[in-house]
Amino acid sequence: MQNIQDLEKILNSELNTKIKSSLIKHNQIYLKIDEADLTEVILFLKTNSKTKFRQLIDITAVDFPENEIRFKLVYLLLSHEFNQRIIIEMDVKEKEIVDSITSIFPAANWMEREVFDMYGIDFKDHPDLRRILTDYGFEGHPLRKDFPLTGHNEVRYSHETKKVIYEPVKLEQNYRNFDYESPWEGTKYIKEQTKE
Amino acid sequence: MAKETKTLNLNFGPQHPAAHGVLRLILQLDGEIVEKADPHIGLLHRGTEKLIENKTYTQAVPYFDRLDYVAPMNQEHAFALAIEKILKIEVPIRAQYIRVMFCEIGRILSHILNVTTQAMDVGALTPTLWGFEEREILMGFYEKVSGSRLHANYFRAGGVHQDLPKGLDKEIGKFCERFPKIINDLELLLTDNRIFKQRNVDIGVVSKQDALDYSFSGVMLRGSGVPWDLRKSQPYDCYEQFEFKIPIGKNGDCYDRYLCRIEEMKESVNIINQCLANLPVGPIKTDDGKISPPPKKEIKQSMEALIHHFKLYTEGYRVDKDEIYTAVEAPKGEFGVYLISDGSSKPYKCKIRAPGFSHLQAMDYLIKGHMLADVPAVLGSMDIVFGEVDR
Repeated sequence: MQNIQDLEKILNSELNTKIKSSLIKHNQIYLKIDEADLTEVILFLKTNSKTKFRQLIDITAVDFPENEIRFKLVYLLLSHEFNQRIIIEMDVKEKEIVDSITSIFPAANWMEREVFDMYGIDFKDHPDLRRILTDYGFEGHPLRKDFPLTGHNEVRYSHETKKVIYEPVKLEQNYRNFDYESPWEGTKYIKEQTKE
Repeated sequence: MAKETKTLNLNFGPQHPAAHGVLRLILQLDGEIVEKADPHIGLLHRGTEKLIENKTYTQAVPYFDRLDYVAPMNQEHAFALAIEKILKIEVPIRAQYIRVMFCEIGRILSHILNVTTQAMDVGALTPTLWGFEEREILMGFYEKVSGSRLHANYFRAGGVHQDLPKGLDKEIGKFCERFPKIINDLELLLTDNRIFKQRNVDIGVVSKQDALDYSFSGVMLRGSGVPWDLRKSQPYDCYEQFEFKIPIGKNGDCYDRYLCRIEEMKESVNIINQCLANLPVGPIKTDDGKISPPPKKEIKQSMEALIHHFKLYTEGYRVDKDEIYTAVEAPKGEFGVYLISDGSSKPYKCKIRAPGFSHLQAMDYLIKGHMLADVPAVLGSMDIVFGEVDR
């Protein structure tokens, strides 16, 4: 059983230039790396006998629309031998193409497809980059923060045309997003009033 | 004269009783041999992750019931643990015991369903009928404790919603006395059954290395001989205090996975018995008024309790800015929640790691070279539930 602090030291010494920052929190290692070093870092973590992160748990992205570099890609790895988890993060610009890691972990195939589907991030050398969870012919990327919660289209069976049709969403009542923040802590309209 | 051969494309599903839900599997067949399988998923996609981003932490809990709807509380557990770790909440020991007990009930629920429907997929109807009788009793326990048979919405950050009703522990105890006999009956029907063995032994074999590469977890991983169970290796709540064994398969085929599930059910009964024997008395949720709502009685007398109640059910509690991945050993494998909080009362991002997603991904690898009739057997032994695969 390897100590998490030792493991962090090993990572920092072996991968020194490739790691932007590392941190231990909640008994997990958080690594920040550069987007160009991804395949090298992952391959090292998987094959090195001191790390042995041999299982890819998940790949996901996070959207920060207000940031200049919009997305953060997150890779979660697990080492059974040392019983450790690692979270690898990297910043990715919109429309930037990221290297696929399907050649290292076959499990990355669907995970990358999901990120592509939900966030619109492209992967280079992915064998089969199609949408996965959304409908055939779907447009947009639902987990982006600027995608509306209600979506754009709805589906129904039309008795006139005798087939399933798509039409723009019509809601009887708009989705209501209440502002529950206490006025004493600065709800928007109070802030605006006091400014004037 | 050379014989002309042609591959046949076959659509398996989306509506097919052996697909265990809405799976569209496009199979390329050479005669009866499957050459390629391309699963099309997402027919049950409800945008759970997007919805959770727009709900408070309390409102997000019911969405977890609807993922793997066969073992709802196990999912809630992962979400509750994530929030507790960020907020550093101590969970009272009684609550931990109750949670562990209901997680194990969930495990039995899921394994009964899987073992018996897998038997049905390969031609045996009786186990399903016998097994579902027991599931009904277990769901009765769910109803007694949470008010709902399936979508429990019972676990909270900091404990559980309410205490066990009077006499429920005795009822669960009675069930645990009786249930090993039912498992035995199921085993009598299946374990040495010639047809069941013919359909499952050496079908869908997964090697150790492939199980790791394809991100398998839970029974799919243990069936191939990897001793890995999060309840033992990264224990959460009070799992450390219990004694139980982790059954491990040898050959990694459908039959070994079936055997693992049967043994796991026996271990679960064992854990529940230990829970009941040592069930501590005390509170069932944290006493921090900023996180857990006050009892109804107090609301009518205490101004502070009234304010807390109002704030918790409108704005909800706030979670500090943080980022965390927590995983639990759900019946199907490692179920994880990757949560990013931004200091408000709604999660900024909540990625759900469902075990079935990785398992189904390996369908092509598992079924290549098998006969068409093996497709339901392999699908059944993977234990797929579309609620969690499609999210």
